[in-house]
Amino acid sequence: MNAGITRLRPATAAGLLIVLFWAAMAAFGPLLAPHADGGVMSAQVFDAASRAAPLGTDYLGRDMLTRILIGARYTVGVAAVATGLASLVGTTLALCAATVGGWTDAVLSRLLDALISLPSLLFALVVVASVGSSIPMLVATAAVIYVPGAYRTVRALAVNIVAMEFVKVARARGEGTLYLMRAEILPNIVLPVLTDFGLRFIYVVLLLSGLSFLGLGIQPPYADWGSLVRENIEGLAYGAPAVIMPALAIATLTIGVNLLVDGLAGRRGGGDGR
Amino acid sequence: MSPLARLLAARLASGVLTLLIVSLLVFLATEMLPGDVAQAVLGQSATPDAVAALRAAMHLDQPGWLRYLLWLRGLLTLDLGRSLVNGLPVASLIGSRLPNSLLLAGLTALVAVPVALLLGITAAVWRGTAYDRVVGVLTVSAVSVPEFLVATLAVLVFAVRLHWLPAMFYGLDLRSPGHMLLVFAMPVATLSFVVVAQIARMTRAALTNVLDSSYIEMAVLKGVRPLRLVLRHALPNALGPIVNAVALSVSFLLGGVIIVETIFNYPGLAKLMVDGVSTRDMPLVQACAMIFCAAYLLLVLLADLLAILANPRLRHP
Repeated sequence: MNAGITRLRPATAAGLLIVLFWAAMAAFGPLLAPHADGGVMSAQVFDAASRAAPLGTDYLGRDMLTRILIGARYTVGVAAVATGLASLVGTTLALCAATVGGWTDAVLSRLLDALISLPSLLFALVVVASVGSSIPMLVATAAVIYVPGAYRTVRALAVNIVAMEFVKVARARGEGTLYLMRAEILPNIVLPVLTDFGLRFIYVVLLLSGLSFLGLGIQPPYADWGSLVRENIEGLAYGAPAVIMPALAIATLTIGVNLLVDGLAGRRGGGDGR
Repeated sequence: MSPLARLLAARLASGVLTLLIVSLLVFLATEMLPGDVAQAVLGQSATPDAVAALRAAMHLDQPGWLRYLLWLRGLLTLDLGRSLVNGLPVASLIGSRLPNSLLLAGLTALVAVPVALLLGITAAVWRGTAYDRVVGVLTVSAVSVPEFLVATLAVLVFAVRLHWLPAMFYGLDLRSPGHMLLVFAMPVATLSFVVVAQIARMTRAALTNVLDSSYIEMAVLKGVRPLRLVLRHALPNALGPIVNAVALSVSFLLGGVIIVETIFNYPGLAKLMVDGVSTRDMPLVQACAMIFCAAYLLLVLLADLLAILANPRLRHP
């Protein structure tokens, strides 16, 4: 990314700013939060925005801004770790399959294609039903669900590179498979792999907050933005900001990532299913 | 056997194989359940004899592969076992909910597909204009926003502020069309929102590819009218990808159905499954998951077949 921020298109710059903002909030949010976590600061539940509580209060009279800032860690952080795992495993397997070829490629591709045909939220529900929804399990579940997608994208990119002359030359030199994967193929597909990471991050955020919204994701006392929408859903009848604000936070995050990815990839972001 | 019949048979066989792998995955996922199911069902105070009897009745004393085959046979003969929570047969629980979900999905498809095709086709025809860019930004946003944001905003605007529509789902009355319209308006609109965006994006992409090809340029040069150009010359060649997009967006529809049925308290299959997950009612969850996966794979298969029938070139791979 050697282009300065001034040379980015406005939409891309906006996406970058939003992503940086939420990343900072995930890291430092709890320090910036105006009220201590869990503190009931007002007798008024589902209050509208006020000077003391800029985003209103939740179903217990807690400050919504504080809740969202603390929740950022769970929505952004957990999704980032899960997506990182999925991309790491998917990319490694894909590079391996593309470089080695033959049976390894055929078996891996067949197996992961079967996994891809499971709708993601459905698969997550089945796994949560059996192993529960502790944070490590949620990370593992989301990672497993999105490995096949990452694998498919990276493999399609890598087979094009493997067919090129310089890879043949490296093979003829007698370089090992690991060297080919790391030094010859990966550097040529870094940007599309990062783009894919961004899109997959969006799917993971939507999946995990969907689960939390159903009450099957991150469990109290921790709360991500999906759980915040769920626990304040009663406030909908009063038009309380407590319901809408966490949902809007998710929307800004996912749209921000999408804008950034679109700009970096130089195309309308695509997708192969959540 | 003709080449077409062989191709169709191969697709069908690969669909069945995928469904088999999926069933194995669903079974393995539920096998990861820590602890003893029989003990969990009967509670801490159960006598060891009672637990042992239940274990035998549920085939828990059998090896895993045998239980998988028994479960598979149960699926095929619609003998889905009993719910661990209320002891009712899973088949009848599902039977009472399935029509409701099919109704919701059918209505959504009825609304979403024509709107999506219209948006996608017009955006492709007027590509590069302000209209195209607006549709592009709106559809990207719609795809990246969670369904429950759309649903809560819809409830806030139409039920809380304007009092036009009921916020919750209270009973089905299929005889009165006016009542149906009121009750289904918000769930269907919420579901359509994401599905429309997805199909419209893919339709635009598929049609744009075709419209940029040289035979279309030729047709423009010889003076074919725009409407005829799109409908008769371009659309048939884009039909395969579009049908595929419609089928794939079913997976979005599925995720949406789970959220929407929960938020509007709609008595459908997805709500039943979510309730099953929170009570860890594994036979119910397994059966629901298989029904959803089978429906999804069936639609993708149908789309494949339609694409092959629509495009003669695909018949000779």
